[in-house]
Amino acid sequence: MDVEQLSRLQFAFTAMFHYIFPPFSIGMGLLLVLFESLYIITKKRIYETITRFWIKIFAANFSVGVATGIVLEFEFGTNWAAYSRFVGDVFGSPLAAEGIFAFFLESGFLAILLFGWNRVKPGMHLFATIMVAFGSIMSGFWIIVANSWQQTPVAYELVTDAQGFTRAVITDFWGVIFSPSSMPRFFHSIVGAFVQGAFLVLSVSAYYILKKKHLEFAQRSFFIALLVAAGASLLQPAIGHISAHVAYEHQPAKLAAFEGLYETQREAPLYLFGYTDPETETTTGLAVPGGLSFLLGWDTDMEVKGLDQFAKEDRPPPVNAVFQSYHIMVGLGMLFIAMTLLALWFYFRSTLFEQRWFMKLFMFSVALPVVANQAGWYSAERGRQPWLVYGLLRTKDGVSKSISAEEVIISLVLFALIYLLLFFTWLYVLDKEIKHGPDTHEAQETAYPDRRERIDVLSKTLH
Amino acid sequence: MDYNIAWFIVVGLLLTGYAILDGFDLGVGALHLFAKGDHDRRIMLNSIGPVWDGNEVWLVTAGGALFAAFPEIYATAFSSFYLPFMFLLFALIFRAVSIEFRSKEDMKAWRNFWDACFSIGSIMAALLFGIAIGNVILGFEIGADRSYQGTFFDLFTPYTLLTGVFNLFMFTMHGAIYLTMKTEGALKQRVERWVLKAYVPFVLFYALTTVATIYLRPAMLANFSFGYIPQEGTTHQLIIDHHVLISVLAWLVVLLNLLAILNIPRAIHKNRPFQAFISSALMMMAIILFFALGLFPDMMVSNLSPKYSLHIYNAASSQGTLKTMLILSCIGLPFVVVYTTIIYRTYRGVTRLDESSY
Repeated sequence: MDVEQLSRLQFAFTAMFHYIFPPFSIGMGLLLVLFESLYIITKKRIYETITRFWIKIFAANFSVGVATGIVLEFEFGTNWAAYSRFVGDVFGSPLAAEGIFAFFLESGFLAILLFGWNRVKPGMHLFATIMVAFGSIMSGFWIIVANSWQQTPVAYELVTDAQGFTRAVITDFWGVIFSPSSMPRFFHSIVGAFVQGAFLVLSVSAYYILKKKHLEFAQRSFFIALLVAAGASLLQPAIGHISAHVAYEHQPAKLAAFEGLYETQREAPLYLFGYTDPETETTTGLAVPGGLSFLLGWDTDMEVKGLDQFAKEDRPPPVNAVFQSYHIMVGLGMLFIAMTLLALWFYFRSTLFEQRWFMKLFMFSVALPVVANQAGWYSAERGRQPWLVYGLLRTKDGVSKSISAEEVIISLVLFALIYLLLFFTWLYVLDKEIKHGPDTHEAQETAYPDRRERIDVLSKTLH
Repeated sequence: MDYNIAWFIVVGLLLTGYAILDGFDLGVGALHLFAKGDHDRRIMLNSIGPVWDGNEVWLVTAGGALFAAFPEIYATAFSSFYLPFMFLLFALIFRAVSIEFRSKEDMKAWRNFWDACFSIGSIMAALLFGIAIGNVILGFEIGADRSYQGTFFDLFTPYTLLTGVFNLFMFTMHGAIYLTMKTEGALKQRVERWVLKAYVPFVLFYALTTVATIYLRPAMLANFSFGYIPQEGTTHQLIIDHHVLISVLAWLVVLLNLLAILNIPRAIHKNRPFQAFISSALMMMAIILFFALGLFPDMMVSNLSPKYSLHIYNAASSQGTLKTMLILSCIGLPFVVVYTTIIYRTYRGVTRLDESSY
């Protein structure tokens, strides 16, 4: 493999590994705000227990997310120097804004969220929780803005300097921020993160319910997370629809690959599942006739551009990979709707927590939103190929000139080893926290006779 | 004063913030294994517990700011120092997760493993930052295509190793001084001894690095030599117009820097840890100022030919982007100062363990 392929592999690996964690943080951030608000409003101790337990789970996710995220801030420069020179004027701005407006907010208030329960007033703590949740969503906003410009580049001009270097320069800052795909993709990703965070809470709560431990804690956590999961799952197809529409308008080759549409046609079919054959350029599978035309134009007779409109070198290779990942994402999205609606139906019949098979299903489903979010991003990024900036810069032209394949192999192997270690340690620590379970009110009460004295008393007992 | 100079200053401020803040928590990491016993180690970890994450954001934001304002520097720096930079990232990853994971399990082997990761990660990071700075001071092989022409091993010379070790001692001392504010009792006495133990090699290496720098690259003095020493590349009009004023100010900073260094053992001796910390922070600000003023207007010097050097004009983004981003920074950075102040005020005073501690 050459530097380009190795660098792509490394970027994909480090980005996908990183993206396990931020959606948990974003989704759980929203849930922490809900839990803690309920505590402040109702003053019920059970909500304190709930909030403080989920903060611990949140912390373990967050720190791995931070550690693996630093890599991505610099990987454009290390492996994609030519790309960085070409797009820095445009792409660097949202990245800098992310640091200034999101990361500082997030990390600052995180200190209070994690360690401040006994240090600041309850209202201030809730404020910190809200700011961390808001900051994590804002960091999602800026990075998706940056990525969306790569998908649908607008508001730029190409400028060649005195030494003959050509680069893209911003002509309209807000045009870059609100590029055609940025808002639909932002909402699509954030709502996907809500599903992922909520499913983690659902899974752990279902585990306690199955074990008949911490029942009040688990059932309340489950219900609130279920409301978030159901709301987000129901919202997602509508946002996804808008996002697909934007892709069709601005990146038709990508949408054609998603849908496995080789031939430009009226009454384009919507494949539910199947496979594409690059030899014969056909797609085989179960399809709704005219479905794709209908979804894109509310008219089964609409003509949809297929891959045959694009030269071979401008098509996302290989079509089948993108087709499958896109369909995995959509299929899982539908499953989340079915699961959450069924759970709500059981809940209002007051039999939800007796459905042991269903609790088991929820317990094991925690990985599914992770797969769906990963598959979605895989489709978006692989579907953009062979372009690094759609229609403007090819991936092979973006790679760093000064690095060798050997160097990238070394870093890639080390990333693989280190991330493997991180992943299993993360699972181990989570497992330990979950098995330990929430602290009871009594434990919290006896440890702190007086709010003001809490810290000193405890440190003396620990000496 | 134009947007390019303003951005040179903003990037410098972000790096200064990073050096002062993450400098002390890297230093605490470097000292971590010298602390004996689980309790002392936990105190050390928790002294930086609420703040290390925010401190690292200064680096991430400096990276983002470089990308936005000086994309050529961002691209050349990180692709030239590819492997050393990857090792730096691994070091930062390890120390970050070690803090989180270490106290989650009571097993001795578990804690020892993450303690070692935390400390070695911190030491590696401090060394590699110093080595990178050494390469930027001496210049490296930037070619006509603005890409690095040398090899991995060219980045490690006696001089760059010297700057690496100097940086490690500086951060270690700075971290020990920070710990004097956060500890009490026997641990505090031990920490105070660490300050003095790190202080001696710090002063020696500071002197050695200064002499070596002036010997190997006298042009680093050009901008504060009252116009006597010629610059290697271009001299900025601002320097030419104000060379007396700038030189006088720079030498005043040299003097203040000396006083700050002398004040460190004095403040420790008089049990004024905060004063010692401020002195150490001012000393670090001064060093970064010398570094920045020495290079200005270059940012990365090519030792193949001065015409390949990257400076604040040929490496910068367009004027429109610099202007927009400067406005955004002026809106955002005051908030950053407010958050940072709130956090440090909330967690001021001696570190004690409680149930939310690491």
